[in-house]
Amino acid sequence: MSEMKFILAISFALFFIGAYGFLTRRNMITMLMAVELMLNAVNINFVVFNKYLFAGKLDGLFFAVFIITIAAAEAAVAIAIIINLYRKFKSIDEDDIDTLRW
Amino acid sequence: MVNFSYISFVLIIPLVVFLITGLFGKKVPALSGMLGTVGMLAAACLSYFAAYEYFIVAGRTDGVFPAVIAFKHTWLQFSPVLSIDIGILLDPISVMMLVVVTTVSLMVHLYSMGYMHGEERYATYYAFLSLFSFSMLGLVVSTNIFQMYMFWELVGVSSFLLVGFYYSKPSAVAAAKKAFIVTRFADLGFLAGILLLSFYSESLDFQTIIQRMMPALPAGGDHDGSIFLNANTASFMGVSALTWALCLIFIGGAGKSAMFPLHVWLPDAMEGPTPVSALIHAATMVVAGVFLVARLFPVYSQIPAALDVVTYIGAFSALFAAVIACTQTDIKRVLAYSTMSQIGYMMFALGVSGYWGEKGLGFSASMFHLFTHAMFKALLFLGAGAVIHYVHSNEMKDMGGLRKKMPLTNAVFLIACLAISGVPPFSGFFSKEEILTAAFEHNKIIYAVGLATACLTAFYMFRLYLSIFWNKEYKEHGHTEHHDEAPITMKLPLVILAIATLITGFIPFSAYVSADGRAVASEFHLIPAVIAVSAGLIGIFTAIFFYARKNNKPEMISVAFGNVYRSAYRKFYVDELYLFVTKKVIFNFISAPAAWIDKNVVDGAMNLIAAVTENFSDSIKTVQSGKISNYVMWFFAAAILLSMMIVYAF
Repeated sequence: MSEMKFILAISFALFFIGAYGFLTRRNMITMLMAVELMLNAVNINFVVFNKYLFAGKLDGLFFAVFIITIAAAEAAVAIAIIINLYRKFKSIDEDDIDTLRW
Repeated sequence: MVNFSYISFVLIIPLVVFLITGLFGKKVPALSGMLGTVGMLAAACLSYFAAYEYFIVAGRTDGVFPAVIAFKHTWLQFSPVLSIDIGILLDPISVMMLVVVTTVSLMVHLYSMGYMHGEERYATYYAFLSLFSFSMLGLVVSTNIFQMYMFWELVGVSSFLLVGFYYSKPSAVAAAKKAFIVTRFADLGFLAGILLLSFYSESLDFQTIIQRMMPALPAGGDHDGSIFLNANTASFMGVSALTWALCLIFIGGAGKSAMFPLHVWLPDAMEGPTPVSALIHAATMVVAGVFLVARLFPVYSQIPAALDVVTYIGAFSALFAAVIACTQTDIKRVLAYSTMSQIGYMMFALGVSGYWGEKGLGFSASMFHLFTHAMFKALLFLGAGAVIHYVHSNEMKDMGGLRKKMPLTNAVFLIACLAISGVPPFSGFFSKEEILTAAFEHNKIIYAVGLATACLTAFYMFRLYLSIFWNKEYKEHGHTEHHDEAPITMKLPLVILAIATLITGFIPFSAYVSADGRAVASEFHLIPAVIAVSAGLIGIFTAIFFYARKNNKPEMISVAFGNVYRSAYRKFYVDELYLFVTKKVIFNFISAPAAWIDKNVVDGAMNLIAAVTENFSDSIKTVQSGKISNYVMWFFAAAILLSMMIVYAF
């Protein structure tokens, strides 16, 4: 079980690295990458729990596969949004893009 | 049994004409006048034919003219017993009114082709005329008191539109508003009366109400009179519910018929085009109140108190208006007060009438006077219209000596004046003599008032006639030289109405129209007739003495009667009283506090709620910063908080 804890510690670290990156970075592409890190941390959790706790089942693996698919789609959408924002604001710095407010 | 379903067309034709001229008339104005006149001619022919069939062909059943329902459609069914119907009821008074309305309306349509020629809103004018004719016809044939109420309001609206026809004139706009508001105020009483009456009789249908509101018949009918007893014994402030209902309904009638103290709108309504005054404010709409009382007369006749109200208000209005008419200088205003006075005559004739047999003389006399008055008063107004058309002024001082310039108008005006003064053999003599006879038999005070009014009527009508056509030589104003007396379209109605004024008196009216439907032999009483005619002649000769030649006698009299003359000239300050009550009393003591409460309490509460919401929103609006990083901070903080709650709290 210590092996599992070790891997969970990695995913924990990975998730908060992603969260930290998402909060601190201002560049949208970097923020997108940080989101991908968080998604992958979650993926690791699914796989680990499936392997060590429910060895006879495959549900966790399937979830991981779905998340990878959705992450790909999400990346496509996010990049499309970023391109449009760039065309409008000539910038991909999120501080410049604050017109949607009171 | 004669089929009367074609009567529907008398109503449909003006309605269709209204829609056509109202929607498309502006493109071809001349045609809309033709269409309106031809349509009204068709409607008039249909109603003459209906009158012939009703009175001659169908005739009496069991000694009375039966009421015929020519058309009936249940419109709103509230409950199995209570419904609002749209229908056509033919009985002697409604058939008579059909004839009156279509005749006068036709004359006015024809006359307007000349009088309104070249008017910018000619087509609109004809559309409004058709709307009015439709509403008035609908009113008189109503089977249902609520249907009557609806047409009653429609008539009020068309009157409003036509009085305010010259809407660029501020006085016309004010007059239209005044007419509408005063009659609308009176209609409040009418509505309350309808509700009260229908609450007790559990019906809105005229025939059912009348049947149920009669006490048990001596001959034994199919009801026991319990509803009548119930309504008559239930009392409010010491007066029975039925009396209240009838008095409230009479308030509505008094408003439309310009009875004191609700008469203030009628003189001002003369701002409208003169043919409109002839149609609406002389012959048809203003007698709607008389018609209403006549329609419910079987019920009124059971309640002497309500009839007394009708009698005294009618008699007082007759005398009051006659006194004012003696002092006015605007010829249309003289005619307006004369109309009010004559309607007062019809009202008190109804008031002094009984229901059965000979006692119903007042009822027939009232209807007879309504009929003859419609003809000669329309003639007077149309004649006055011709004079105004020629002189371009309403004031008596601009006239005088017109008899040589306008021989035809002079002749017909004289005929109408003789008729209204009650000189035989003109129509007014017969109806007025009947009214005075009925009053004499019932109440000597009313008779005396009626006689005094008759004398004054003759005086002011001949003052009017002589001031227009005699008195002094007519001085040409530059702009009147070029045109003729009047175009043929204006002369023809004058001639037709003059002939009607000459012959309608000889109709044996009480044989056809009477309170209980049975023929009343109209006896000719020599003594009352002589008294009535001499009262009229005294008035006429007094007027001739004062006004035949230009002299200073009228001024001397007006100076001698200083205060009386002045207050009569100012219409006994009724307008000022109304203004005082509305502007000073109601405005200061009711409207101003109400406005204060509305502005401060009601609006204040709303403003407070709005202000609180706004301030609160203002203080938290910075949360929506538009910065993604802020949102993410909030999101993560909330996510961590929630997960900690889930982990540790549960």
